[in-house]
Formats: sequence, C-alpha cells, structure tokens
Amino acid sequence: MTKQMLKGNIAIAEAAIRAGVEAYFGYPITPQTELLEHMSKRMIELKRVFLQAESEVAAINMVYGAACTGVRVMTSSSSPGFSLMQEGLSYIAGSELPCVVVDVMRGGPGLGNILPSQGDYFQITRSAGHGDYHPIVLAPASVQEAIDLTVLAFELADKYRHIVIVAADGLIGQMMEPAELPPMQAVATERPSWALTGAKDREPNAIASFYLKAEEEEAFNQKIQTTLQKIQKTEQRSTEFYTDDCEILVVGYGTAGRIALSAVQTARDNGMKVGLFRPLTLWPFPEKRLSELADVVGACLVVEMNAGQMVEDVRLATGGQIPVSFYGRMGGVIPMPDEILHEIETHCRQLKNCEGIVTLSERAK
Amino acid sequence: MTTIALNETSTLVYQRPHSLATCNTNYCPGCTHGIAHRLLAEAIDELGLQERTILVAPVGCSVFAYKYFQMDGCEAAHGRAPAMATGIKRVQPEKMVVTYQGDGDLASIGMAEIVHAAARGENITTIFVNNAIYGMTGGQMAPTSLPGQKTTSSPFGRDTQMTGYPVRMSELLSTLDGATYIVRRSLHDIANIRKAKKAILTALKVQMNGMGFSMVELLSSCPTNWGLEPSEALHWIEKNMIPAFPLGDYKVHEEVKSL
Repeated sequence: MTKQMLKGNIAIAEAAIRAGVEAYFGYPITPQTELLEHMSKRMIELKRVFLQAESEVAAINMVYGAACTGVRVMTSSSSPGFSLMQEGLSYIAGSELPCVVVDVMRGGPGLGNILPSQGDYFQITRSAGHGDYHPIVLAPASVQEAIDLTVLAFELADKYRHIVIVAADGLIGQMMEPAELPPMQAVATERPSWALTGAKDREPNAIASFYLKAEEEEAFNQKIQTTLQKIQKTEQRSTEFYTDDCEILVVGYGTAGRIALSAVQTARDNGMKVGLFRPLTLWPFPEKRLSELADVVGACLVVEMNAGQMVEDVRLATGGQIPVSFYGRMGGVIPMPDEILHEIETHCRQLKNCEGIVTLSERAK
Repeated sequence: MTTIALNETSTLVYQRPHSLATCNTNYCPGCTHGIAHRLLAEAIDELGLQERTILVAPVGCSVFAYKYFQMDGCEAAHGRAPAMATGIKRVQPEKMVVTYQGDGDLASIGMAEIVHAAARGENITTIFVNNAIYGMTGGQMAPTSLPGQKTTSSPFGRDTQMTGYPVRMSELLSTLDGATYIVRRSLHDIANIRKAKKAILTALKVQMNGMGFSMVELLSSCPTNWGLEPSEALHWIEKNMIPAFPLGDYKVHEEVKSL
C-alpha cells in the first residue's frame, strides 16, 4: 500500500469500511459531515448498510439495534450531537454491546462553534451517559493515527463487547495529510451466540439493560466493572518523545499533543530538557506509564484545547509527586507552538528557582 | 411449553401460542396487554414466523415484553423502539422485526422515531397499544388522554387550554407516503378482538412481503389507572375512546388488498 493525501474524516470512514463495518447510521453535523457523506457513497457501493437518521438520538438507537445483531456498526458526530447520543450509549453499555462512535469535537458549550476543541474530554471519558461505566476512548493526533485507531477501535469493541469512542477534533477531521489505508478486511459472516438472529434451533436471546432487583442490578454492574478493570489493566496506550532525560514533561493528546511536540522540539533545540507524553487512550488513561515518568521528572505541564479536563487525570496519575500545571485554549482557539514554548520556558525557570523540586540531574547525584 | 396429552376422543381447540413464553407477566388483572400479546403470538404462530422474529420492547407497562414472547427480543430506550428496530431490520432484512409500544412511548417521547420510521417506509411492524394513560409510572396524563380525563398529573381533568388535545397517531401516520398499512382496532369485545387479530396478521404479511411500514393501533384498557373495574373499563373504551379515536383503516396501500 502507498500513502495518499487524505482528509481526516474521510480517512476514518474508509478505515472503518476496511475494518469491516457492516452498518453506519449518522446525522450531519460540522465538522464531521464528510465522514457521513463518504459512508453514504461507499457503503451503498459495497452493499452494506448506510442510513441517514432523523437525529443523533435515532442514529445511536439504530446503532443499538444493529449492535444487537452482532455486526460491526458505527456512528459519528460532533460534540452537540454526541451529547444527544448519551442516552443510547448508556443502553448499549448496559446491554454489553460492541460499537464504535467517532466524536469530531468542536467548540462549546451549547451550539458553540464548528472549530476544533477538546471540550468533550469529561463527557466522553467519564461515562458518556447515565450509570457507572467508561467507554474506551482513543485519541488520534494525525490522519494516519486516526486510521490506525479506527481499526483498533473495532477490534477492542468486539474483544470487550464495549463502546469504543474515537475522539478526534475539528482539526484532525478537516485537515489533509499523507496517510496509508489498511487492506480491505472481509466482513464477518458468523454472528456471536448472543446476537438477535431469530431463535432457530436454540433458546431465545434477550438483550436488555433492565434489572428490577437491586441485587441483580448490582451484580450486573460488578460484571461491567470487572470488564473495565481488565481493560484498564491491559489497554493503556501512550506514545512519548524525548522522555529519556527530560526534567519537564509536557502532556497533551490529539491535536494539542501534536502542537506541543513542535514546542518541545524547539525547546530541545534551545537546550531545555523537555519531553512529551501523549496519551493514545484517554480511557483507560495511561496512568501506569505516566506514574513511572512522574518518578523521574521534575514537573509536568498539561496542554489541552479546553479549560483543563485531562489535567485532573494527570494529577491523579502523578499522585502529587510533582507539580502539575495547565495551559489551555478554549472555544476553538488552537494553541500555537510559541505559546506552549513560552509556558515551557516559564517552567524551566521556576523549576530552577523552586525549592522542594528535585530535578533529574540532582536525583542523579 | 407444557404439552397436553390428548386421548383419542379429544380435540385440541385452544392452547397457549408457541410464541408466547410460559412465564407470568407483570400486567394488572383486567389489562388488555395480555390480549394484545396473545393476538400477536397467535399471528406469529400462524404465519410460522417464531424462529425469525425479533421483538423490540418499549419502556412502559410492556417493558418486559421481550421476556413474554418465546422468541428473540430486546429492550429499547423510551420511545426509540422504531429506531432500534430500523437498526436490526436494515442489517437483517430477511428477519421479521416487530415493535410493541404504548402511547406515552410512541406518541410522546418517541414521536420523531415513529414518524420517521413510517416516512422511510421502514419494513417493520408496530403494535401500538393506546390506553390513554401512562400505566407504568402510575397513571399520568398521556398524549392520548382525553379532554377532561382525570389522571395523576391532570387531577382536575385534562385542560385543553393548558395541555392541548389527544394525538391521533393512525390518522397522522396515514398521511405519510412511506406508510403501507395503518389501522386502528379495539380490544373491548370479542368481535373487535377478532378484527384486531386479522389486522395484526395483515400487518405481518405486509412486512413478510417487503411492502413497507405497518402499524396496528389497539385501543386498550387500563382498569388500575382509570380507577375502574375491568368490565367497566372495557365499556369506557367503547363509550369514550372510540368516539375520540374512531376505528378504521387509515392507510391500506393498494397492493395490501391482494394479500
């Protein structure tokens, strides 16, 4: 396979098709609409299911229905539409069904705007609906990563019978860059034993999230929690740059992480010992690796395109070992590398002046 | 399923339909959900559809309907059964997909989903149980509650100045080109129950033949929340509901007549 110029939204759609998605239901919303448009052409060409729903509420409930039949199914939206999907997502989680949801995040709250944002972090990582659960959340920082993580999303959804969210933002969705698509996978023909395929030569299957007795509901919740613990143990993913000897660790995901890397590279050129930690899974948050890094760095700077949401997870993962500060832009404003570099420089100065903070070079002594 | 041993001189004329599960239901005495369930199960049996039908249950009194039928089933979010059914049907067009919904579910919170399923001509069948009240939550005003009807959320009677008028779903959906078969029947007496059964059979045949969206609205009783004896409740359907929701065929596509 060779690289081609691809727009993020279209790359995600085509990656899903090649990962064997059998059904797509969606509703137009900027900045993800090209994803739906691509599906409307390609899924029909391939004789798979595409349907433009009357709302995001209907779209996610169509996903819920299709997921009951054991096929690979997907929807995509952007922040306000994702809010509407929370009801259906909760039922899907409560029924232990696999599905993939793409959230191409935009500015909010309310109607907000159509510009890139990471304001949905809480919404997508905490539960994405009522009740106790977390979806698996994957955060790409490039078109190539959006492709790779979309393929992974279907694998994880099937593996754990769970919701996987690909959390992109308007920038990832709209920009074009060279990327390589995966080979076309055949659509699965076998259906899982729990699927609603008609009770022929077997007892009927029932899919529901309804437990009238508190003890039964608690037992089911414990079952979900066991799955989530397993996911937390085995699926934490992150990538890192210049962390071998860094004293200041910048933490950012998706677009913010990518821009932060430019700032970190300039800081390195200027002799500052700075590294970047970029979570690929927002849930489970890659706390194991971050906690290890917290043992050896002097301070942490979190960069997000929101008012400070992931920074809470960074503080939890680093457990007060090191100072954690935050730099964010909101409302669709994309932080520039210079701004982040300025923050890094400020930290470097503070780190040298601040008592109680042991830098890596001091630890080495 | 209990099999009854018959001797040589006996003929079996009546038994539980195979498509109906043997468990107890949560329905109140005198409620017509039981009749509606039985009619649907009989129709599924007669058409030999048990092994390829998937039932989508609503939120409301019939929330456990997926347990009461001896076939694959699932539980939708409130009002979303037609969307969920769409998802199931689109990936398995060879299967039969039936939604079973009450008036609060279908005509209030699920208005968008039912209208668009009908508009798309979604090849599913909807059994719409209209008893003019929210039963499961304890008798609140429904979108189909009658003017002046006292409920736990309209204790002075439904005031049309404040809360408007009952929604007539069969009439409303019949205006959509995608709707193939839309009829209203009643469960208040034997003759009407027989007509309701016939309509359910036709609705399922519409789906079997890929003709598009079909819905049978069933006027039903809720003795508990109407505060009436079961027999009085059946009379209340005839006296009060039928004038507000006239029985009849609201949309019968030309090709349905050949079924």
